[in-house]
Amino acid sequence: MTQKQRAAIIGPGNIGTDLLMKAMRSDWIEPVWMVGIEDSPGIQRAREMGLKVSTDGVDGLVPHVEEDQVRFAFDATSAYVHADNSNKLTAKGVTMIDLTPAAIGPYCIPPVNLGELLSAGVDDNVNMVTCGGQATIPLVAAVSRVQAVDYAEIVATVASASVGMGTRDNIDEFTRTTSSAIEKVGGSKKGKAIIIINPAEPPLIMRDTVHCLTEDEPQRDAIVESFRNMIAEVQKYVPGYQMLNEPIFDGKRVTISVQVEGLGDFLPKYSGNLDIMTAAALRTGEMIAQQRNSA
Amino acid sequence: MNLAGKKVTLHDMCLRDGMHPKQHQFSIDEMVNIATALDDASVPLIEVTHGDGLGGASVNYGFPAHSDEEYMRAVVGVVKNAKISALLLPGIGTVDHLRMAADCGVSTIRVATHCTEANVSRQHINLARDMKLDTVGFLMMAHMIEPEALLEQALLMESYGANCIYCTDSAGYMLPDDVTARVKLLRSKLQADTEIGFHGHHNMAMGVANSLAALEAGAVRIDGSAAGLGAGAGNTPLEVFAAVLDRMGADHGVDIFKLMDAAEDAVVPIMDEPIRLGRDALVLGYAGAYSSFLLFAKRAEAKYGVPSHKILLEMARRRTVGGQEDLIEDVAIELSRKKAL
Repeated sequence: MTQKQRAAIIGPGNIGTDLLMKAMRSDWIEPVWMVGIEDSPGIQRAREMGLKVSTDGVDGLVPHVEEDQVRFAFDATSAYVHADNSNKLTAKGVTMIDLTPAAIGPYCIPPVNLGELLSAGVDDNVNMVTCGGQATIPLVAAVSRVQAVDYAEIVATVASASVGMGTRDNIDEFTRTTSSAIEKVGGSKKGKAIIIINPAEPPLIMRDTVHCLTEDEPQRDAIVESFRNMIAEVQKYVPGYQMLNEPIFDGKRVTISVQVEGLGDFLPKYSGNLDIMTAAALRTGEMIAQQRNSA
Repeated sequence: MNLAGKKVTLHDMCLRDGMHPKQHQFSIDEMVNIATALDDASVPLIEVTHGDGLGGASVNYGFPAHSDEEYMRAVVGVVKNAKISALLLPGIGTVDHLRMAADCGVSTIRVATHCTEANVSRQHINLARDMKLDTVGFLMMAHMIEPEALLEQALLMESYGANCIYCTDSAGYMLPDDVTARVKLLRSKLQADTEIGFHGHHNMAMGVANSLAALEAGAVRIDGSAAGLGAGAGNTPLEVFAAVLDRMGADHGVDIFKLMDAAEDAVVPIMDEPIRLGRDALVLGYAGAYSSFLLFAKRAEAKYGVPSHKILLEMARRRTVGGQEDLIEDVAIELSRKKAL
């Protein structure tokens, strides 16, 4: 029996709490600290779940890192404070898993490039891109693994109730970060991202469409097979990740749509966009922990 | 209705909303020719952008024949008096596009969101205001919410710095009373120096009637399109609306005969199909679906053998919003599967 590696979660809001609930079930990660800036409902919940808490930001955590053997910190705060959090904790040897758009460390889409990041020895800070990126970049990569992709475009349609003020205040950041990661991680020469917010009640489940334009005629069978394998990989950490219809081939265009239903831990099931972020972040922590244990 | 002496700013849409029926394939010459004719008719404001706004060039909405930048620079270069506007939908375009448009000489930026999602427009409206542009908040699919809810969203856009707020009937669903209720409330609750605008679609043949209702309720900017060239059954036909205003003695400032010439001689000849109120457009208006879905539904009909108006009805039933074109092919596949059972 290997020992679980201990983690802190920074930011006791909806995302941080959902992540906490997922981490409580992990075979590899043990959440021990919740970090906030005031005695909020999220801090109280974490305390009730047996975690130590800081209401003084990461400064309240730093003196306890060694004693409590904290190896990971999941940062679910904001891009503005992430750099400071990261500086203070990486100096103590803590691996930062960044759920904010700060992107100090390399982008990480677990089934696509986490293996590469691990073999390159990157384990001080990784960035989880965006919800739309987590949901779609695996599918872009599924095509670019088969053949060269000139252009990939993703359309993420999300329920209004699942989009927080952070995203709304800086929606361009979603567009830019996702586009950039489509190129850097998805392997498309050019990337474009679109986000549509729909207020319908009951809220719609996150839906994502990926359009790829391949350089040469698409190799249908190989691409369909690659999609199936990739979807199975994502389903390992987001069971509600599903293809909606068979992929569409039209000239050099390859289109696939998926639906992302969350587990409904703390966040409602329709907000698969948030669930896939917390699930991917935990998955990243688990894979790093697993590698350390086997090393 | 007494509109005598009422001042109205007419805003032409055929080089932006008209991009939808043209599948974004205007040549530069066609654009320049139409813009010149509209300018000559003293139309004060002309919108030039991809149909889905700045940055709309995409697989999802269609790649245009030329970039937004090429179109805008060409038109800005030829108009003598008209000002040029650009549309921006946060989530599709970004502040980088906004800066580019301003650099091209665009003087009005219209930031468009779904009618319940105004708070995604803050950074764009803030920037446009800081750049001293004429800054418009454009609340789309405004039929989907009650006037009080629309007002809340309008107040947000006003607080970010918009000097004009639009009630936008993207689906052409509204009837004149719907327009009156919304515009009247906006007029009574927004600041006195915030202008109110109305953007209509002609899917229920209400373009002119709704625009009149908007004016009577306090709007001062009205969108229309020469020869109606726009999504669905088109926008309010601008030359028709101007002629009506002329008969009513409103202060519209355009040369109505030159505007008729622009519509007849510059716009009609470049139409791929006549803009008419066919079954698909009527269903858009009747059920309340986004007007630019029309051609996508027609293409899906050709591919999957499901009637386009049934696809549009289903899109309305699912309470879709502007931009969800990617769902149309899926809906067609699902309907064709049901048909096969």
